[in-house]
Amino acid sequence: MTLDSKVPAGPLKDKWENHKFNMKLVSPANKRKYDIIIVGTGLAGASAAASLGELGYNVKVFTYHDSARRAHSIAAQGGINAAKNYQNDGDSVYRLFYDTIKGGDFRSREANVYRLAEVSGNIIDQCVAQGVPFAREYGGMLDNRSFGGALVSRTFYAKGQTGQQLLLGAYSAMNRQIKLGKVKLYARREMVDLVVIDGIARGIIVRNLVTGEFEKYSAHAVILATGGYSNVFFLSTNAMNCNATAIWRAHKRGAAFANPCFTQIHPTCIPLHGEVQSKLTLMSESLRNDGRIWVSKIKGDMRHPNDIPEEERDYFLERKYPTYGNLSPRDISSRAAKEVVDEGRGAQGQEAVYLDFRDAINRLGRKVIEERYGNLFEMYKTITGEDPYEVPMKIYPAPHYTMGGLWVDYNLMSTIPGLFVAGEANFSDHGANRLGASALMQGLADGYFILPYTIGNYLATEKPSLINIDHPEFDKFKKEIEDFTHKLLSVKGKRTVDSIHKQLGRIMWNKVGMARSEQGLKEAINEIRELREEFWKNVNVVGSANDLNQCLERAGRVADYLELGELMAIDALHRNESCGAHFRVEYQTEEGEALRNDEEYAYVAAWEFKEIGKWELHKEPLVFETVQLATRSYK
Amino acid sequence: MNNKKLNLTLKIWRQPGPNSAGSFVEYKVSVSPDASFLEMLDELNNELESKNLEPIAFESDCREGICGTCGIVINGHPHGPIPRIATCQLHMRNFKDGDTIWVEPFRARAFPVIKDLIVDRSALDRIMEAGGFISVNTGSAPDGNAIPIPKDIASEAMDAATCIGCGACVAACKNASAMLFVSAKISHLALLPQGQPERYIRVQTMVKKMDELGFGACSNTYACEAECPKGISILNIARMNRDYLVAKLKTEEVE
Repeated sequence: MTLDSKVPAGPLKDKWENHKFNMKLVSPANKRKYDIIIVGTGLAGASAAASLGELGYNVKVFTYHDSARRAHSIAAQGGINAAKNYQNDGDSVYRLFYDTIKGGDFRSREANVYRLAEVSGNIIDQCVAQGVPFAREYGGMLDNRSFGGALVSRTFYAKGQTGQQLLLGAYSAMNRQIKLGKVKLYARREMVDLVVIDGIARGIIVRNLVTGEFEKYSAHAVILATGGYSNVFFLSTNAMNCNATAIWRAHKRGAAFANPCFTQIHPTCIPLHGEVQSKLTLMSESLRNDGRIWVSKIKGDMRHPNDIPEEERDYFLERKYPTYGNLSPRDISSRAAKEVVDEGRGAQGQEAVYLDFRDAINRLGRKVIEERYGNLFEMYKTITGEDPYEVPMKIYPAPHYTMGGLWVDYNLMSTIPGLFVAGEANFSDHGANRLGASALMQGLADGYFILPYTIGNYLATEKPSLINIDHPEFDKFKKEIEDFTHKLLSVKGKRTVDSIHKQLGRIMWNKVGMARSEQGLKEAINEIRELREEFWKNVNVVGSANDLNQCLERAGRVADYLELGELMAIDALHRNESCGAHFRVEYQTEEGEALRNDEEYAYVAAWEFKEIGKWELHKEPLVFETVQLATRSYK
Repeated sequence: MNNKKLNLTLKIWRQPGPNSAGSFVEYKVSVSPDASFLEMLDELNNELESKNLEPIAFESDCREGICGTCGIVINGHPHGPIPRIATCQLHMRNFKDGDTIWVEPFRARAFPVIKDLIVDRSALDRIMEAGGFISVNTGSAPDGNAIPIPKDIASEAMDAATCIGCGACVAACKNASAMLFVSAKISHLALLPQGQPERYIRVQTMVKKMDELGFGACSNTYACEAECPKGISILNIARMNRDYLVAKLKTEEVE
């Protein structure tokens, strides 16, 4: 396996422009001869489907939901970044690029990140034209706010529902193409395998979730836009159905998996409440614009937060990072919260810290706070039964976004020719940490403005042929997945799928979570292997394969997590440094900050699947031509 | 935090498939008041699975009240008895020890049952495909600030756009009408300058599709507004009706 990043030569600011010119084009008359499969209808998938349909390709788009509008992008709250400098506060493409590279702790590709910043402005224009109701100033102009890791206001938002509105925009653009017949939507289908023939991606096998049938689809190119895998932790901010199956099965068919251990732990989630909890709820990072984060200075302080006087409160982020304060990047804020909780200063003895709006309400009045965060406050109250206008919120870090994913080159193509990967499913733009409001930006950049160019180049240069689904190879893939499903159903053991998933989640959170150690990771690897063995001996998958069977759906996903979890631990173990979200306790400064090792680890770790439990590491060195590697400081 | 568990009786609609008959089945559960309604069903399903019984099929995804995937009729109310929340945000602290709770799927002619509590709501997508968009190609948009939009108009559009497409309005309506959903979608775009060029075509194509798909008419009972988890206003229906009338007075006819 060779990793050729295909980053174009020339100055950073001209790379994409030159590349666009140098790429081959498919003539308008020929575009209709090409079929493209897209899996996933989130921001990346829906925007790609819309744009490729507009260009004239025949697009087949798949979602496991009943409607394309339900992808988890819909849940993103805070906003989307763009270097518009509408606020006249010094923003520029270069500054957005630099903040993102630095935020990712210098573990992402310069050229990709620069391109992301470069197209960010177009995304806003596109969305406005589609009717996305972004927040406005009284003069009718677009409003902005700040997010973690940035000192400028470049985040565009639609109340606390930005992801929803952007997704509805992309979904509507896709609907237009559905009406025009250029996009065909297949709902309630889950991709269960990638069909690779002669080393090239030729199509997919999906399970029709209603009938249980396995269906075959072929195309000239396949795009995976299936989101992230942090449900490997069982409890995460991801929606219940988010999973790794599509990318994991593609990985097992030859697509390298890059930086699997880079998982973001989001600092502002509602803390765990009990044993039956099914997921963790995120509270938008935008709350940190006005909320102040603190704990008591006293260990084991069980007093009601309103009874703790000012001088006994420790505003630890403002104290440790005076420049960025409560807006420090997510990995830094998360770790700082864990630190004070580990010291025994958690809010009322819980694994939680306070996020307090008292000062903001005094300064701005309740009405302004209601306008800015009203729906988030309501959501918090519904879930916890406490009123954040009266009592500080309790928050704690939780697994959120996965920066790792399938390895892709500059064209977003994986190591399997013809297989493209977009959005959170790829590894490309965020390095070891993702800054706030950059996930929506990447999803839409990939779908609207990058894939439509690079897919054309692939089709024009490689001229891949279409393989009919009656081809024996397609049947071979279908037979394999039928056997796999039969195997799952025939274990007939004693444990429920969820109980195994929960157990895996605990291993992952304790040993592959916010802080990792060599010993812990080694233990985790063994424990995951044992659990995987147990799964295949003792799981009980109820029901049949020829029917809507949610137990079977979950079982397949957990089977994949049991393999992916091990790779995440292996990746974390081999990276003998701390960077961004990856914190190895052995590698820290005296002040407890992450200690990077650029000499040895300034590379992308791309893992090639050999057999279950066995991988080969390939390295893509990261070259920094424009920015200088520097220690991240948010002080 | 309250550690005392609630003992409840659940009467849950079980229906193996679209063409089979369904019936209510009784289950006894003991649940923490801090659990959500869906977490209670998760637990019950775990129990059923460990007894080798088929779990109750129900849909949910984000569990944050935004994706619109979940939706169950609880004690006669779509999304349960508490106003302005989706089923996933309903917590057991809203029930009393000893309560009996009736749980059934959204019922409407245009929403056939697939299994247990899962219904097919794809008709709402068919309506959107008929015209719920602004025709703009990728890459051809003017600068975002070239289209100034007054703050109050943007907010009004946002309020309409807040609809999560769950279908509760349809389930709540005695006529199984989709007017609240469709009017929210139409209003969102009709309020904005970008939506003007296709405004009157859009209302016609979407309403036509809605009628074709078997949704009933509106008879102003306001049940949709009362049960909507996002508080979408019936003012949208008035706006849609006015636009529809104007569209009919215009000469353009829709295919």
